[in-house]
Amino acid sequence: MSVARRLWSALNEDRGGVVFLALLAAVAIVVPAFNQAVPASSPLHLSTYSLTLVGKYLCYAMLALAVDLIWGYCGILSLGHAAFFSLGGYAMGMYLMRQIGRRGVYGNPILPDFMVFLNWQKLPWFWLGFDHFWFALAMMGLVPAALAGLFGWLAFRSRVTGVYLSIMTQALSYALMLAFFRNDMGFGGNNGFTDFKDILGFDLHQDGTRVVLLVVTAAALAASYLACRTIVRSRAGRVIRAIRDSESRTRFLGYRVESYKLWVFVFSAVLAGIAGALYVPQVGIINPSEFAPINSIEVVIWVAVGGRGTLFGAAAGAVLVNYAKTFFTGALPEMWLYALGALFVLVTLFLPRGLMGLVSRPPRTVQADDALPATWSHRPRIGVSAGSKAK
Amino acid sequence: MLLDRIRPRGRRSGRGAETTRTRWLPSLLLAAVLFARPALAQSEDDAFLATLVQLRDASFLDKEQIVERLSQSGHASARPVLAALLEDHLYVRSQDQKIFIVKSTDDTLTSLELVDPLSLEGAGSVERDGLTKIGTNNGLRKLLKTTVARFDLSSPDAAVRLAAAEQMLRSLDAGSLALLRGRVGVETNAEVKEEIETGLALAALDSSDPQARLEGVAALADKLRPQVRNRLASMLEKTADGGFVERDEKVRQAAADAVRGLDRSRAFYSGFETLFFGLSVGSVLVLVAIGLAITFGVMGVINMAHGELMMLGAYTTYVVQLVMPQHIGASILVAIPAAFVVAGVAGVILERTIIRFLYGRPLETLLATFGVSLVLQQLVRSIFSANNRSVETPAWMSGTLQLNGALSITFNRLYILLFTLIVFAILLVVLKRTRLGLDIRAVSQNRAMAQAMGIRTEWVDAMTFGLGSGIAGIAGVALSQFTNVGPNLGQSYIVDSFMVVVFGGVGNLWGTLVGGMSMGVVNQLLEPYAGAVLAKIFVLVALILFIQRWPRGLFPQTGRAAESQ
Repeated sequence: MSVARRLWSALNEDRGGVVFLALLAAVAIVVPAFNQAVPASSPLHLSTYSLTLVGKYLCYAMLALAVDLIWGYCGILSLGHAAFFSLGGYAMGMYLMRQIGRRGVYGNPILPDFMVFLNWQKLPWFWLGFDHFWFALAMMGLVPAALAGLFGWLAFRSRVTGVYLSIMTQALSYALMLAFFRNDMGFGGNNGFTDFKDILGFDLHQDGTRVVLLVVTAAALAASYLACRTIVRSRAGRVIRAIRDSESRTRFLGYRVESYKLWVFVFSAVLAGIAGALYVPQVGIINPSEFAPINSIEVVIWVAVGGRGTLFGAAAGAVLVNYAKTFFTGALPEMWLYALGALFVLVTLFLPRGLMGLVSRPPRTVQADDALPATWSHRPRIGVSAGSKAK
Repeated sequence: MLLDRIRPRGRRSGRGAETTRTRWLPSLLLAAVLFARPALAQSEDDAFLATLVQLRDASFLDKEQIVERLSQSGHASARPVLAALLEDHLYVRSQDQKIFIVKSTDDTLTSLELVDPLSLEGAGSVERDGLTKIGTNNGLRKLLKTTVARFDLSSPDAAVRLAAAEQMLRSLDAGSLALLRGRVGVETNAEVKEEIETGLALAALDSSDPQARLEGVAALADKLRPQVRNRLASMLEKTADGGFVERDEKVRQAAADAVRGLDRSRAFYSGFETLFFGLSVGSVLVLVAIGLAITFGVMGVINMAHGELMMLGAYTTYVVQLVMPQHIGASILVAIPAAFVVAGVAGVILERTIIRFLYGRPLETLLATFGVSLVLQQLVRSIFSANNRSVETPAWMSGTLQLNGALSITFNRLYILLFTLIVFAILLVVLKRTRLGLDIRAVSQNRAMAQAMGIRTEWVDAMTFGLGSGIAGIAGVALSQFTNVGPNLGQSYIVDSFMVVVFGGVGNLWGTLVGGMSMGVVNQLLEPYAGAVLAKIFVLVALILFIQRWPRGLFPQTGRAAESQ
């Protein structure tokens, strides 16, 4: 009785989240059904291509969740989340490469094709263990977490905030991109990994495998949403929002701002890594261009379009913008960049709270910035890089 | 990576040779007319012609002997005939088996103009089919080059003499040595004289007299070219039977000293070269970052479209060259102000329509301007197509300044360095010495107070942003000279330019200069050990770590401006 009541009140409190989860469940049921149960001749049939596309959008939605968690709730604008996403993807890619085994072009049982091609004699140490799924699974989270932990520890400890932090994350992602482009890094250089065969013994080219991947992605997205929601609703979540609204004040109140920021940053990086890991088997390729700074910036715009600090809004933004991208690049390829560019400008100018801002009431903030008189926003510019105002 | 981009593009090969050729032809023609005709020379002409005709069906070995004979004939036409043979311009006319020099063998010509080998006057023209080329091979061409160089050694033009001496140095034989010895006493041009002396000293090393060898070594001790060092080092090597190539102890000692000395000065010069390369790479960084130092550093606006403003500047250069295709050399000078205006106006429009609504919200500015950058990229793609456009490098910007045997400086690197310093100086003057600069500094330090003093802050904002954008346009002109002008031009520099500004210290122009230059030099120092890409990665990672330690950059702001941070 009391469980049901608590559940009911939780649902009531987060109506948007309920709608989001319901939609997600519907997608996870309807999309496979239309792909599998409806015969190919029927107009209602959903091609496997579209199914994969939906899976891709869900991965992006997860990445957007990760970015929203730190940007929307903690005020850290990361322009390097594509790096965490790609690292997770590379971890999965390494597992998938090892699964190819003798079926590669050169038929080498141990070395992936590109290593044979480059005349490598044995597997580099950092490839060891990737033939086990559990190990790869651990790495998908651990590698992004380690990088985010190291970077965050250095950056937050020395109070690099706001725009400086954004530029640093961008540089980090850029440096990683350059590194992964190198052939002697042992990650396939320019071409990355592709031509995957199967995952856990299931053929990746089978419709059934793809359906399962989609359902797994949807489940992972739902789980990430619930995890993020739990975090932001917890006591720690309040501190995190306080940091966003006034970092110095939170520090003066006695909270260890750095630790809070670090943990939320690491968690966000892990989410991004998992999203990347789910992305790779569905798309079938991972290469260094995934690290490109522009990808990270695009994620930020999905979040901004959907609505910052709403979680489900970010996920919805990711799906919407990417659907628009698919549509435009197919129908009017030269219009896509105009549309995306205009979206950036218009959303920041006219929809500061994104599409969700149109349908919901303004969120409560500790400092209630919006309530300030209009003239106050015109501050001396030299100081704008300070963390407290950067959000 | 930057190093690759900065290398000169375009066709430079052969241009020098072209000018020398056209320079000697008229004078030789004159000489031929004046001296070649007297009657007593009749028999000489016949002998010359008789030798020349043998070229027709001689083997390559025989041809070498014929060339020797021709060169020793002392005939005035020997030089042009041999030069024509070297350049594949010597043909046999099929109908009468006579030999002629052909003026040009350009593929577009259907009939070729002939020149008589004796009188060097025009001799009509004939269809391409009616001619057979007298062929040469590598050995013959080498001989011909040396032979022609011997003739050129007495040319009145110092540049021709220098080229000739260099050519002879490559393959020294007794004949050319005698010529060089004869020339060294009368040579007036220092450069040519040095070249000849080097040649003679190198030859002296082969002498059997230890004293002559010793003098040769002494003369070579300050010649920095790699050839000299290798020759001296080879004297110190051991032969198969355990002795040294150079038997004389004293000469060996001198040679060892000379090699050490040469290595020292070559190392010095190569260090200097690395520094210079680093500075030129750094000056590119400074140039792309300096506009950002204004918009980001002084105004606090994150302009992600900064790279695209540079792209506009580069495309302006392209358009200016399209408008004035006849004056590529001057087009750059027109393009600089044009690019400043185009990018500056674009910047003012950007500021008035978008950025001014976002002051105080840097992250939003970042997103909005990123959107603008996408639109600008696509705009350029729609207008100029997605392909790279080629911007020509003016002739005066290509070429090399050879300072000595070990150090040469390419002009484009030198110009970019100078250009950056000039732009920087002008910017400093504008900020420190003009009314606009005073307003800019006042507004950036205390907006409310400046407004109270009657400064139109809105206008100053627009002008500041326009200034920074205009500088980006100028940087685009410079970039167009050594990188591809395409829609992605700006994107590839945006990370670099932000790093420079942050490294140098936001709001400090000197910081940007020092930051950019030191990044360039460090990059250049690392490159030999790590390769271009890895060096860049190292620099980026080092910068990330640097910012952790000194979050306000190399030169943090002090005083009132810093307090508001």
